[in-house]
Amino acid sequence: MARDLVTGNYAAGHALAVAGEANRGARGCGAGAYPITPQTEIIEYLRGFQFAKGRVVPVESEHSAMGVCIGVSLGGARSFTASSANGLTYMTENVFAAGFYRLPIVMIAVNRTLGPPWNIWVDQGDSLALRDAPWMQFYVESHQDLVDTILVSFRVAEDHRILLPAMVAMDGFITSHTQMIVDLPEQEQADRYLPLCDVPHRLRHDHPATVGGLTWPRETEHHRIEIQQAMERVPQVLTEALDEFAKIFGRRPHGALSAEHTEDAEVVLVACNTMARTLRRVVEEQRSRGRRVGLIKLKMFRPFPREEFRRAIGSARKIGVLDRNHSPGSGGIFWQEIAATLQGRSDLLLQDYLVGLGGGDVTPKILTEILDDLTARRAPVEPLWKEVAS
Amino acid sequence: MSTPAPQTAEYCSHLLRPGNTNCAGCGMSLALQWLDQGLAGEKPMMVIPACCGIVTAGAFPTSSYGVPTAASTFASSPAVATGLSLVAEQNAEDYPVVCWTGDGGTYDIGMATLSAAAERNENMIYVCYDNEIYGNTGGQRSSATPEGVATSTTPRGKIERKKDIMAIMAGHRIPYAATLSLAHRDDFLRKVRTARQTDGFKFLLILSPCPTGWKSDPAMGTELIRSAVRCGLFPLYEVFDGVRYRINERPDGLPVEEYMKHQRRYRAASVDPAVMKLRIEQQWRLLNALAEMFPAEYD
Repeated sequence: MARDLVTGNYAAGHALAVAGEANRGARGCGAGAYPITPQTEIIEYLRGFQFAKGRVVPVESEHSAMGVCIGVSLGGARSFTASSANGLTYMTENVFAAGFYRLPIVMIAVNRTLGPPWNIWVDQGDSLALRDAPWMQFYVESHQDLVDTILVSFRVAEDHRILLPAMVAMDGFITSHTQMIVDLPEQEQADRYLPLCDVPHRLRHDHPATVGGLTWPRETEHHRIEIQQAMERVPQVLTEALDEFAKIFGRRPHGALSAEHTEDAEVVLVACNTMARTLRRVVEEQRSRGRRVGLIKLKMFRPFPREEFRRAIGSARKIGVLDRNHSPGSGGIFWQEIAATLQGRSDLLLQDYLVGLGGGDVTPKILTEILDDLTARRAPVEPLWKEVAS
Repeated sequence: MSTPAPQTAEYCSHLLRPGNTNCAGCGMSLALQWLDQGLAGEKPMMVIPACCGIVTAGAFPTSSYGVPTAASTFASSPAVATGLSLVAEQNAEDYPVVCWTGDGGTYDIGMATLSAAAERNENMIYVCYDNEIYGNTGGQRSSATPEGVATSTTPRGKIERKKDIMAIMAGHRIPYAATLSLAHRDDFLRKVRTARQTDGFKFLLILSPCPTGWKSDPAMGTELIRSAVRCGLFPLYEVFDGVRYRINERPDGLPVEEYMKHQRRYRAASVDPAVMKLRIEQQWRLLNALAEMFPAEYD
């Protein structure tokens, strides 16, 4: 294993490349690639990589980037790409199409604020705008988590019980452009970990089917039910993929969520991505002062791990959600999911905090203030804006 | 009542199987059969965006296509075909990858994707069956609709001129671009063969009669196309590498009115035969000059 100090984008590019190369024994790999800040170094890495059996196509738009991925995957090869912000929303039609075709494409979403007005810093509104697409979504907290989750995503996506695309989201700049020490997977490890990609419904001449044509309401309903059923199988397949990962790499990445210090916590904050790392430090500091606080780090947003979440809150009675996104007219998107998950639990106080939008720096001080607010709170109010920029 | 077409294995292996739901007299139905014949038994992989061509397939789980076919999003057929083509190439599989698209998907919404795939010289045959209208949605104007013609979104006649897609594609310096007529079968099949034998990006433009949108007699389709070629409205020519031209048929003096009078779409008050004749003359002046200065034999 190569241990190196690299940026998040470099790490992601490397992970995608070794995953693509690992399919050289089958139909190879291919990608459509288009630049957008802050993910550009990922596609630069892929364009520079010498694949034994693969090609990265420099297309004219994100819409076509996903179009090429769809073609590659319909051709039976492994496929992947990366994008950010308005690139993701420009790509949207084909993002949905890829999922509806049941193609196991992996895409890195480097979270960036949607514009206009233009802002290049982190905000999860871009990938969360695609929450209703038939894609799995994973949010990663570190460079190592990023690399590991990318490999795990291919394994889950290509599993015949799933056959759904997966999005791996990281924080723009905070993760993409900073360096951390990472165990980068060797090609030989990726080869052992990833089975050869087999897209069972790929286009083929010995079975000349028409993929994606007209369906009536009855078939459409079944199509959607099957997607939902595949989503419901993800937790089991993910667990298996993580177990297998641990055998080969000697470490086990976090699963759908991780509950930390929640066993005796009265107050729990929910966060994802790098905000969860800052929150971990705050929670540990507060616990050292005797406060019964905990955190739930959400990693998997689609499918939403409802069962695991209900178990994870334990005896906590006050739950705060940190949302680095905003659904206008409603509130935070993670909060909406959690409110739906906890329906019927009138004994709980659930409060949403909109924090760090547009890339505002969410410091330990800010999170401590939120923790104090939640601890003192007697009743929930509408989503609270916790402004951090000053 | 008509006799159902036989669903034998022999028929089912055709590119276009019998029993599809295309309108009577649809030019695309004939074009698909001629594509099949031009490929001489070789089965392509097809990508069809939103257009009448995907409705042709019929409803899942049946399909009128006897070859592997992907229904892509509207603007994406050359992008999806790029993916299929690269996977075929890296697996040493040699079948043609064909985009089968209407004028809406080519001249309008798919223009950027088409341009990019052409610029990259991706190995595919891109076919536009141009019925000069959004046929699938019931006959709205596209940038391929001729000047003056009435459509459901140009009820008083279209003001703008038809886009010269061949000039645009030639401007991409692609190895091969050609116009194909449904009244000239030998020429049509030869051009399909030329496309198949050429590496890189090939663009084939077919003027495709749409009785529903053109308000014409379904039985008249082939004769309409013959008239369009004879009066000079639809020149038959080939462009190699964007710089070498070959004219295949020249106008024989048939008045353009002979083409127009069988189509009610041309009965709008905005249609001016004198303007149409001027456009035809301008088009041929340019084409003749190009073919003379830069003949196909020149290299």
